[in-house]
Amino acid sequence: MAIPKTQLLKNVTVGDKLPEQAIPLTSTLIVAAALASHDFTPVHHDKSAAQAQGMQDVFMNILTTNGLVGRYVTDWAGPNAVLKKVAIKLGAPNFPGDTMKMSGAVKAKDDAAGVVDLEVVGRNSWGNHVTATVQVALPKEA
Amino acid sequence: MSASEPTLKERLQAFVGKDIGPAEVARDAVNDAMIRQWCDALGDANPVYTDAAAARQSVHGGIVAPPTMLQAWILPGIEMAKSMDEQRQDQQKVLHQLLSAAGYTAVVATDCQQEYVRYLKPGDQVSATTVVESISDEKATALGIGYFIDTRTTFRDQTGEMVGSMRFRVLKFKPAQQPAPAQAAAAPAKPTRMRPPLGFDNKWWWDAVQTGQLPIQRCKACGVLRHPPRPMCGKCQSTEWDFVVSSGQGTVYSYVVLHHPQFPGYDYPMVAAVIELAEGTRIVSNVIGIEPADVRIGMPVRLSIEAVDDSWKLPLFRPAK
Repeated sequence: MAIPKTQLLKNVTVGDKLPEQAIPLTSTLIVAAALASHDFTPVHHDKSAAQAQGMQDVFMNILTTNGLVGRYVTDWAGPNAVLKKVAIKLGAPNFPGDTMKMSGAVKAKDDAAGVVDLEVVGRNSWGNHVTATVQVALPKEA
Repeated sequence: MSASEPTLKERLQAFVGKDIGPAEVARDAVNDAMIRQWCDALGDANPVYTDAAAARQSVHGGIVAPPTMLQAWILPGIEMAKSMDEQRQDQQKVLHQLLSAAGYTAVVATDCQQEYVRYLKPGDQVSATTVVESISDEKATALGIGYFIDTRTTFRDQTGEMVGSMRFRVLKFKPAQQPAPAQAAAAPAKPTRMRPPLGFDNKWWWDAVQTGQLPIQRCKACGVLRHPPRPMCGKCQSTEWDFVVSSGQGTVYSYVVLHHPQFPGYDYPMVAAVIELAEGTRIVSNVIGIEPADVRIGMPVRLSIEAVDDSWKLPLFRPAK
């Protein structure tokens, strides 16, 4: 199935599921993304600092989770989609060596405002790392 | 009588409703290089962030920053790796230090709600003001005992226009456990299923399951089968018993599909089923190897004793071919 370049509002229906995405959680991703988001809090790049907090290893920072949720939605919605709101709730931490499986579904659609609300879940082997609601504006015409 | 020392709760509440300090101003204007590094790190290939030609054709009319980078523009970078008292002070740090001094030394972010008024473009100069919205009572959490702190940050551009906002929640807590660095595994340990309590009346049954058999307890006096194992026959009250080994053939007598709540170590959605064994007793188990939506009452299943972790086997059921 080819993914359309940008989803059009008229082609999206409440209940539509987004294609699932598996994100390998490497130390490189966790550290590089923390630093790229200018978050140098040691627990996100220094294993001993993370362990001093009772964690087994460095873990993903919230800005990266936020960014991966945004990326997951725009990978589906396309370059002309515009993110309006990203609200995330964190659960099980993302540690190196795990995989986060992203899934999502269309929960609501407002034709007048031209936006859809999505529910996105990112799950690792411990459970839900992130549950998110995302509002995205989609173009009415190509 | 002298005024008593304010309690921790009172000292915390004094921060609520106040700005944490003057606006934080981005050290760098929104720029292509930071955007590209961020997209590289996160694997975000959306061309509106990095491809000028494609971005010009888009609704944005040119390169824009990923909206979820909003907070990245105002973070102080390497400064955050310094110890708290070496960092530039603001009321949020004073608040965190107050809690650290009281033993709540660790911090973790739990919620972030961002709203975007417009996407930022290269050249935009971002500044942000943050107010402490609320501080919870002391809460017991999986990570440890602590306080949830809610802040709200307003982001503005060089003209003072609001470009976005963020509600952020952190848990400032007493770490529940501090493993020695040497003990930490390279990869996260996969959580295991909860084990049944083993006692005189049921351990023999679980031991047999671990060897690959599904025994069914039988009353020696009247011959009635029973499960789960227990000391006395419900029909004739005899405490004499032996067992037969199940053929493993059965049918789904009833079932539910579990979605919530989700416990680590289990795969969801999970089919929890009552299986009617060919011998006549019933057993609660999982039906696996089938889409939950395809499970039907009455469908034939067969026993499959499977390892659910390194040291534990469960009698599960798969659709019979």
